[in-house]
Order: sequence, then C-alpha cells, then structure tokens
Amino acid sequence: MTTLQTPEATTETRVDRRSFLRVTAIAGGGILLGSYIKFGETAEAFAAGTAAAETAIGNFIRITPDGIVTIIAKNPEIGQGVKTMLPMLIADELDVDWKNVRIEQAPLDTTKFQGQSAGGSTATPTNWEPMRRVGAAARAMLVAAAAQQLGVPEAELETASGVVRHRASRKEVKYGELVGKAATLTAPDLATVKLKDPKDFKIIGTRVTGVDVKDIVRGQAKFGIDMVLPGMLYASYVKCPVFGGKAVKANLDEIKSQPGIKHAFIVDQAGQGGLMGLLSGVAVVGDNWWLVQQARRKLDVTWDEGATASQSSEGFASQAAALSKQAPHQNLRKDGDFDGAMKSAAKTAEGAYFYPFIAHAPLEPQNTTALFKDGKIEIWSPTQTPAGGRGIVQSALELKPEDITIHISRSGGGFGRRLSNDYMVEAAAIAKQIPGVPVKLLWTREDDITHDPYRPAGFHYFSGGTDASGKLVAWRDHFVTFGSDGRPVSSAALGGTEFPARFIPNFVIDQSLIPLGVPTGPLRAPGSNGIAFAVQSFIDELAHAAGKDPVQFRLELLANEQPAPAQAAQPAGAPGGGRGGPPPAGFDGKRMAGVLQMVAERSGWGKQNLPKGTGMGVAFHFSHRGYFAEVVQATVSKDGAVKVDKVWVVGDIGAQIINPSNAENQVQGAVLDGIAEALGQEITIDKGRAVQQNFNAYPLLRMRQAPPVDVAFKVTEFPVTGLGEPALPPVVPALCNAIFMATGKRIRSLPLSKQDLKWG
Amino acid sequence: MAVSFKVNGKAVSVDVSEDMPLLWVLRDVLDMKGTKYGCGIAQCGACTVHVDGNPTRSCQRRVASVAGMNVTTIEGLSSDGTHPVQRAWEELDVPQCGYCQAGQLMSAAALLASKPNPSDADIDQAMNGNICRCATYLRIRQAIHRAAQMPATVGSGKSNR
Repeated sequence: MTTLQTPEATTETRVDRRSFLRVTAIAGGGILLGSYIKFGETAEAFAAGTAAAETAIGNFIRITPDGIVTIIAKNPEIGQGVKTMLPMLIADELDVDWKNVRIEQAPLDTTKFQGQSAGGSTATPTNWEPMRRVGAAARAMLVAAAAQQLGVPEAELETASGVVRHRASRKEVKYGELVGKAATLTAPDLATVKLKDPKDFKIIGTRVTGVDVKDIVRGQAKFGIDMVLPGMLYASYVKCPVFGGKAVKANLDEIKSQPGIKHAFIVDQAGQGGLMGLLSGVAVVGDNWWLVQQARRKLDVTWDEGATASQSSEGFASQAAALSKQAPHQNLRKDGDFDGAMKSAAKTAEGAYFYPFIAHAPLEPQNTTALFKDGKIEIWSPTQTPAGGRGIVQSALELKPEDITIHISRSGGGFGRRLSNDYMVEAAAIAKQIPGVPVKLLWTREDDITHDPYRPAGFHYFSGGTDASGKLVAWRDHFVTFGSDGRPVSSAALGGTEFPARFIPNFVIDQSLIPLGVPTGPLRAPGSNGIAFAVQSFIDELAHAAGKDPVQFRLELLANEQPAPAQAAQPAGAPGGGRGGPPPAGFDGKRMAGVLQMVAERSGWGKQNLPKGTGMGVAFHFSHRGYFAEVVQATVSKDGAVKVDKVWVVGDIGAQIINPSNAENQVQGAVLDGIAEALGQEITIDKGRAVQQNFNAYPLLRMRQAPPVDVAFKVTEFPVTGLGEPALPPVVPALCNAIFMATGKRIRSLPLSKQDLKWG
Repeated sequence: MAVSFKVNGKAVSVDVSEDMPLLWVLRDVLDMKGTKYGCGIAQCGACTVHVDGNPTRSCQRRVASVAGMNVTTIEGLSSDGTHPVQRAWEELDVPQCGYCQAGQLMSAAALLASKPNPSDADIDQAMNGNICRCATYLRIRQAIHRAAQMPATVGSGKSNR
C-alpha cells in the first residue's frame, strides 16, 4: 500500500479553513480520498474496513468498477432526513445519478468524520459546503484521470451521470473505469476545488424520497429496537421514580426465580452526565422482554428518594409568584430608562406567562444493545450524539475510548431526547455485568415519560408600554427559571440578546432562579419553544393595547432595529438555542419582516370576515438561524373546545431548499408538533416524580386534530441553514393569539386543555 | 403452551405463555421486527396488525386469542411491497422517522379494504388511533386518497387476509 499525501501539515487549527485530501492507493487499484476531517486520520484506518475487491474513494465515496456509487451518511438519522440530504450534496457535485447511488450509515468514527450528531439544526449550515467539496474533489480527480487516459486537456472534458465525456469527440469514460488511474493522482485542495453553479444542480433542489422509505413501508427498516444478536438477553432498568433517588435494596432472589429471568442486580450511580448519566437502579435481565416485564411487576425496591422528593410543580409556581414580587437575582440586559418610559407611556400592559415541563416522547422507546467482551464494549444505539454517549460510557465503565465501538441505529424520532445517552450507559453498565452475553435494554413507555430530560417550565413576568403613536417603547421581562448559582439548568436560559432586545429603546431582562432536581434538556427548538409563546403573546397584548393591527404593530417593531451595543456588555446567547444576537449570526429584522409580510399575504390577513368564535393569530420567531412567521386560524366552540382550522407558514432559511419534499414534511411536522404541545402537553411534578406516564395522560397529536399547513419558503441570498427546529416556535403563540381573536380570552398559561375557553 | 395460527399465510406454532401479547410473540419469538412497540396500552397504534382482516393492536391481544386465526403484519401486507398504500406512501415520501408507519399502513389498508374510497372524515375515524410523533398526518391523509385511486396489483396481499 502506498500513501500519497499532500506535503502540508494537517494541523488541527489550519484544517478547518484549508483542508487537504489524502489519497491512498489500495489493493485492487482503487483509491481512497480522505475528507475534510481535521485530526488524527490515517489512510490505513480508512482502508481497514474496505473489502479488497472493492474500489473505493474516500470516507464518503466508494465507486465500484460497475459504476455503483456508495455514499456514506455520517450523521444519525432521527427522522430529519439527514441520511438523504448529506449524500445528495455529495452526489450532485460528483455528478452521478441519484438512482445509481447507494447510501450507507457510518458508525461513530471521530478519526474520519466531524460533527456526527443530530441537534440544533446544524447539519445543513455546517455541511452544506464541506460535503459538496468532497463530491467536487472526487469529480475533479476522475476528470484528471480521464484527461490522462484520453490524452486530452481537462478543460475539454465534462461530466454527467457518472461519465466523463470529451466534448469534441464525444468519447466517454465511465467513473468505474477511472478509479484505478485516479489512484495515481494528487488530490485537489478541498478549499479551492471548484463547486457547481447552483443553476447546474441536478439533485439539490429536487424532491428526493427518503433513502429508507422503501424499507420502512415494507417493515424492513431496522431501528435500534430491532437489533438482535445471537444469544442475546433482554433487560429492563428500574430507576427511582424520584429523580436521582438510589436503590438501597431489592427482592433480587425472588426476581431471579421468576420464569425466564437470568439476572437481577443493583447498579450504582457512576460516571459523568448527572441526572442524564448512569443513575442508581435495578437491572432485570431475561430470555425475552415480556417475561422481564412480568418479573418487574413483582420487583420490590427500597429507595432512598433523596432531596428532590420535596419538589413539585405547585411549589415551583408559588416560588415563582413570590420571586416575581422581589428584586431579581440577576439583570441580563438593561437599555435606556425603562421606569421613565413606562411613566410617560400612553398605554401599558402587564402579563404573567407560564409554560409547563414537557416530555420528548419519541415513538421508539429508548433502547440500546451492548456486548461487553475482553474489556471492550460494542454498542448499537439510536442516539443523536454517539460521541457524547461514548464519553459517558467511558466515564461510567472506566474504559478507554478506543475500547468503545458505537454503531448508530436509525432512531424512531429524536426531538432532542437522544442527545442524552442515559439509556446507552445503562445498557453498557448492564452488559459489563454479563461479559460475553449481548444484552438489549428496552425502556417501557412509562420509563420514557417519567425519566425524560424535560423541556423546562418557565415563568415570564412582563410589563411594557407604547407611546402615543402606538410605538413599543418600554419592555421588561422578569424571567423566573430554574437553576442555581446564577446558572440556569439545561435549556432554561434566556440570554440578554433574545428578541425583542435591540428593537425597544427602554428594555430590561431580569432573571431569578428556582433550584431544580428534575432533569431538563433540549427539546426541538430548545428555549425558543417556550420563549416564543411568551414573547409573541405579550407583543400581541401590547398591539391590542395600542389599538394596532398585530401584523402592522410587529412590522413597525421590526423596523426599529438598533445596532448591537458592545458585545462585552451582554451575556452570550442561550446555549443550544441559536437565538438572539445581532446579524449576521443573529436576528436580522429585515429578513423577519420579509417572511411576516409574505405570510400575511398568503393567509389573507385582515381581509377575512370571520364569525365570532373564529379568529386569526400571527407570530414570528428566529431560532437556529431560521426566520419563520406563521398565521393560525382557529375556532373555539362556546363550550371551549379548540379546533385549529389552518396554519400558514413562511420561512427564510437562505438561498437553497435542498430537498423540498423533506423540507415541507419537516415544517408541517414541526408546526403540528407545536400545536400538540400547546393543546394538551404537560408534565406535572409531584413529590419529585413525573405524574404523567403514558399517552393516555400525555396526549400526542392525532389525525383528527391535524389542520392543513400551508408552507412557503422565501428564498433569499443568505447562507443555507437548517430546518429541523425553527418552524416550531411561532405556531404556539400564533394559535394563542388566534384564540384571543376568537374569544377575547388571552392565553397566558399552557397547555390549553387546562384553560377555561368557554365564551358567549 | 403451544399456540398455532397463521402469520402472513404461513402456519406457525409457538410455545409460550398464553398471556404473552401477540406483539412480543411476533417480535421476539418469531423475529418479525416490522410491527413496533410504542406504548403497550393500545394508545399509539404502532403495533397494529390484521387479525382475520381486522386492524388489531397486537400489544393488547393475548396470543392465545389468535389461535387458528390469520395474522397479517406489515411484512405480509403484500408479497412484494406493492400494496397501494405502500406505493402511495413511497410516492408521497410520507415517513420522517418511520417508526409508526407500519401501524399506519396496516390501519390504512384495513380502511381501504372496507371503504375503497374514504372521505376525510372516514380517514379521521379510522386513523385516529395511530399516533405519528413526527406528525406526518397530512401526507398520510393524502397517501390514503392516492392509494384509493390506484388499482390493486399482484402482490397486494388481499389473499393473506
């Protein structure tokens, strides 16, 4: 094996901006093209997993002599379409026909791939160019090889459908016939390789069906839960109903005597990850999962419930109410003179807003299969962040990273839930107790809903005022959230840059914290999914107080953008939310005004004569680099039942919609997800545990509740950004604002199922 | 005890507790993984199969109760994946995560078998027990209408019921 390598040092700091291909000739006359990876890769390692007979190009691309192109999908697929989207980027630049492309899911391999995670709508913005560059570089090498073979200049060659063609002579060489020659060439510089003009895209921008859809409709797609290994046992892991509680003792002998049960033991808390790491619990392991559940019913555990047993939703609400009347713990931002502006305001309003804890509830319950053997562990897991899982497994089991292999299973939904790898480390810890025997841990739905990293509840105490012209001049939000020592818990931060910061001259955000023993974490559009409800609802209150049309009031507010003051004075934006901050990364009022105007036009805003009980509401929100404005029409019956009639959505996620089929599906799904959250979802904490346990108490949206969702994209010249999250937040306040128009009742607390909406 | 029944036209006999739900017999005894577990209390429909043609939540169906009956799962909805609902789902790119879709397809196929040209209200009625956490409901609705317009082809699986 010969390794040809560009002479430049591939140091970690340089390669982010300027990456190089590594070319390796391998047995069989093929080549491997290294990628834009930034550290520690070896060509030998790439080759190790490749069959000798196969001609290969790169970590991402393999081409066999028969012309079949295999593209490696590096990121976890959780339903967001990334297993289709990233390979589309490579295939288009490589200039092959999509129907001839095969897709393969990569395992976790940080020596080959960057950013193997699903979260924060980041896959598109971080891979849009790098993936195209990989495809373009491979194409360039094939063109160079063809030039040598045909004895013509590269400039006289063109490519299409996996063929290099000499324009003048019409001579053609198939890609599969060129890989041997390409192996002898130096690879081009990824940073300067020529990309297609977007007008020449053949795959990007077309409606591409998900790569696993054929298998899904035949019941052949394999999710994490479907993993089977020879001799595999099945496990349940029972944790204390109170978060963080410890198993003191259990009737393990009785459990072990139950039919089909092979093992029962207590596992102690270990390693990193806090409440989303390995917690104390009881493992029950047996021949099949149903038998394990039968035994579990007889399990009797003495728990040390710990301090969280004293916490409750009711207690949080009274603490928040008390804190709202006190001086805040912290000030996050202060612009102008809020008190003075309120005194001279023509109209003022106040509103206390609340949103509850909610659970992720992906439909595939948490699971992981693990095999511990000879001091090493192999794991098959539906995870959004396999690298995060490896870290937790490493710390809890005291293993070296190289002794942990993680295969990324297709996930039956993610929504942020599988950014936590608690179930992965539990499976690993159980497997370690039974060396040489594969174990599949599967949670019950009840395990899932009662041990979720919940979207944190939040309380916003607003006051604001408009001047005589109806302009919004004063705004204060005393945000009461969860945390301690000045630091909010995961996904409970607001940040001083969150809209409408920079748009109102006299502006204050204060924060107070309630200590929390309940785990929290990012749920689809983290932070934003609650903040948008509160902020866009209170803006609506102020619009009505000022006697202005809600769209017009918002457009005037967006026109009032002030340049960002010195950044040093402002705390960083909320982690994970991708919100706030000034352009270019942050909020650009003009882009938002664009989508707001467009959605007003598409929905016929202000032109409809709706009967009493039916209303239209509007809202917008910026998150994860995406601009979304949405209008909801809803009808409330006299006895208070809410029906969403229709939703109109306009989004601006930049210059290109990569896969319109999936893009529409994601937006419709996100909008309906938001409606479900608003209608009936709440996790109540009582005595330190979650009250709701399954879908009978925690309602997901159903067919009958799903309104039509009109989706349009405003294509702009801005960078291409992601879509998993930003369509969700605006629908919640748009629905609540519609209910106000329908009934005159202002919704300041969710879910709607707990509000009295009777009218007339 | 041994329970005998047919799955996708093939006779099977399983020696399990008669209380074991059909879902877990299918998944963990017969190793047919197309039928999914979502809630275990017949709230989500991910485990929907046909028992003698009727859509059934297999998580709540004791295996003993299907003795001598014909069970059809997603794997046997058609012999070659060309049941109209399968074709329509593929054509409209319905799934996101895809986990619930076996149950959705089984409910939709049963609806079309009893109502070849369902209205939106019929679809609401028949599909309301199937949760899609990704909320692909609008495409499911569209795909059922599309499937209703398609001729059944060879392999559309009706003989399995």
